[in-house]
Amino acid sequence: MYCINIFSTKPFLLLIFCFTLLSCDASYVEVPADDELLDGPVDGLSNSESAQFLRGDAAVNEVFTRETGLGPTFVGTSCINCHAGDGKGHLFTTLTRFGQIDETVNQFLNQGSPQLQNRALPGYLPEQIPAGATFSKFTPPAFTGLGFLQYVSDADLIKMTDPDDSNGDGISGSVNWITIPGYSIPASNAITQNSKYIGRYGKKASAFDLLHQTVNAYNQDMGITSVFNPIDHYSNLEIDPEISTAKVNDVIFYLSTLKAPIQRNQNDAGVIRGKNIFTQINCVACHKSELKTSYSPINALSYKTFAPYTDLLLHDMGSALDDGYTEGSAKTYEWRTPPLWGIGLSENSQGGNLFLMHDGRAQTIEQAITLHGGEAEQSRNAFEKLSTQDKEALLKFIKSL
Amino acid sequence: MRLKLTLFLAISFFIYANCFAQIDPSLLKRVPKDTVKNILNMDAVYNRPALNINKTPISIGGYVEMNWQKLTTDGVSEGHQFQARRLSIFMSSAISKRVKFLSEIEFEDGGKEIAIEFASVDVEFDPLLNLRAGIILNPIGSFNQNHDGPKWEFTDRPISSTQMLPDTFSNAGAGLFGKKYTKNWMFGYEAYLSGSFDNSIIENTENKTFLPAAKNNPERFEEINSGEPLFTGKLALRNNKIGELGISYMGGIYNKFQDDGIVIDKKRRVAIFALDFNTTLPKIKTFITTEFAWIYVDVPETYSQQFGNKQKGGFIDIVQPILTKTILGWEKATINIACRLEYVDWNVGKFKETGGNIGEDVWSIMPAISFRPTSQTVIRLNYRYLKQRDIFSNPSSITDGFNMGISTYF
Repeated sequence: MYCINIFSTKPFLLLIFCFTLLSCDASYVEVPADDELLDGPVDGLSNSESAQFLRGDAAVNEVFTRETGLGPTFVGTSCINCHAGDGKGHLFTTLTRFGQIDETVNQFLNQGSPQLQNRALPGYLPEQIPAGATFSKFTPPAFTGLGFLQYVSDADLIKMTDPDDSNGDGISGSVNWITIPGYSIPASNAITQNSKYIGRYGKKASAFDLLHQTVNAYNQDMGITSVFNPIDHYSNLEIDPEISTAKVNDVIFYLSTLKAPIQRNQNDAGVIRGKNIFTQINCVACHKSELKTSYSPINALSYKTFAPYTDLLLHDMGSALDDGYTEGSAKTYEWRTPPLWGIGLSENSQGGNLFLMHDGRAQTIEQAITLHGGEAEQSRNAFEKLSTQDKEALLKFIKSL
Repeated sequence: MRLKLTLFLAISFFIYANCFAQIDPSLLKRVPKDTVKNILNMDAVYNRPALNINKTPISIGGYVEMNWQKLTTDGVSEGHQFQARRLSIFMSSAISKRVKFLSEIEFEDGGKEIAIEFASVDVEFDPLLNLRAGIILNPIGSFNQNHDGPKWEFTDRPISSTQMLPDTFSNAGAGLFGKKYTKNWMFGYEAYLSGSFDNSIIENTENKTFLPAAKNNPERFEEINSGEPLFTGKLALRNNKIGELGISYMGGIYNKFQDDGIVIDKKRRVAIFALDFNTTLPKIKTFITTEFAWIYVDVPETYSQQFGNKQKGGFIDIVQPILTKTILGWEKATINIACRLEYVDWNVGKFKETGGNIGEDVWSIMPAISFRPTSQTVIRLNYRYLKQRDIFSNPSSITDGFNMGISTYF
């Protein structure tokens, strides 16, 4: 009744009070902590770069329709469809690649290879895998930190390779030499071999740079043509670009400047112990804890040290993970080491579940470790021999990433 | 179409402006609102305050809504916003005692959207048998028929009635309606054939099955996408002591399944069922109104589960008058407290790939306080707390914040 009396006698004072209260930011839900989110820009962007980041963010969220070029066959309707919250994708948007069995040409290129468009607009039929074609399923990777990976120099990557296992640690590691598309412009310090360049994105490291990756995703995942790749995958005919070059550039800038995931609980005793075990059982041989960028035209990415827990190299992962499909010069049993950063937040983009390894077959981190074979067999065996407490510490460390 | 609309609006404004400029105000007679308590939602279009010009058979009126809001989503705010939500103009005319014309033109967001929401001729043969033809409001649920801003204690329309069911969904069409009452009971029915939905309900930038997308098709007043009319029917039953219960159905073929006589797809149906109920509790005068709807859409199997084939959702509003007295000279001014609970599941079902539940849902709670200096004007303050999950059921994004607004008939 007290409130009511005030209202009835001093309504304007109450109105001003309410307005002041409502305007106060303290009365609203707080922004989540930076280390709990995968999205957000790297530190150090200029105002104009921040504006481009926001334009790219909007473009990543753009939903395509028949009118704006979707399909007619496709995997997803928008970038964010497959990379919710800029994180790892769900089995719903896992894509299928098929047809290539070795480093020679894909024999099924005239039958829709390499990517299956498993969905279709009403009135159309989706693609089918042709009889006799081998295939592999790829869960969408996280977007975060991709810009840092872009600017690791080729020389640094070559330095980490050991194709003949000359140090005898059982781990080789090689780069995927690929033919790059005409629109990709290699950096001045790029290294070539037989006119081929080093791929660094994708499960098989078959995409050269973020432009290559993005243009392919627009074309193969959504059926959106661009000036870079104007061939409609459904008709195999060149058509007008369905997305502007400016928008593609904004998306690439956005992907380049998404911050690297921030490790949580770094000073927790269990996490520190787990990190030591990670090193002891030699997971770190492939999941490198430190890489450096070289020069980048984006100042915020130049000459930075970061912890992606990948070496961006191809490794033999054993027969259990050999799907009989490959890309570039990679063997069917070789997979690029996936970055582990952000893995602790994967549940937040995979619907409360975990879908790990290249096709999401592992539903826990422990399961993923035990699926490691080939060059990772020794580390896997070492993990299996760990005490329960040590395993828990290791998992705690990985979840902190 | 646009020219016709402009002409219509110009004439409307001319008449309206001249009411004040050239006519003695004493000739403007405010038509009292129907004071009969026992009205149904279907009577809402007849139960609006209006002005009569002298002895002409034309009534004119309308309502306006505007508000301030500051909302955040996951703590990030776009700051303060002032919004000219909508201006609606009604014009009606008694052509003869049993032939009437009613219309409503709405300007939304400062004129960004202009629509003839309602423009029909009603011909009464018998109270139980009336013909209605023109641009009709499809009577699905209750909100679509009874949506005038000043009637509600909330600045925002219910999510389920605006984004799941298309609010103010009107189409060219015709049908029958009627009602009958005896003592405490009242029965009403409506049955129309009208323009329909189109492919946009499953092909849109909302990235989900979204029936309101069909409202963006300007051709729908001239051409039915499927060539088959949409049926909308509603039965309403009211007891003066208990309240009003409405059961409604809207369904038909939505897709273009043939073109130039050539079949290009199978016929795909959309079907909507809705239940609505409202009552006023005796003694304490708590007003409760609720609506819940279920939507079924035949989505091609080979399309994306992003566009669900089932949706469900609804809302309940509880409004409690806490003070009715003379305030600042306004007689019978009322202060209400209110609360709205809302829920919509945009995609009911399970993923084929995992068997897990598809997310894509939203729920919201919105406490409110409103001040009504007169029954036709409301000043309202709302707080909204809304949780929304994406298709994968990832952690919810939270939208919260305050709205303050005014809405009044004029």
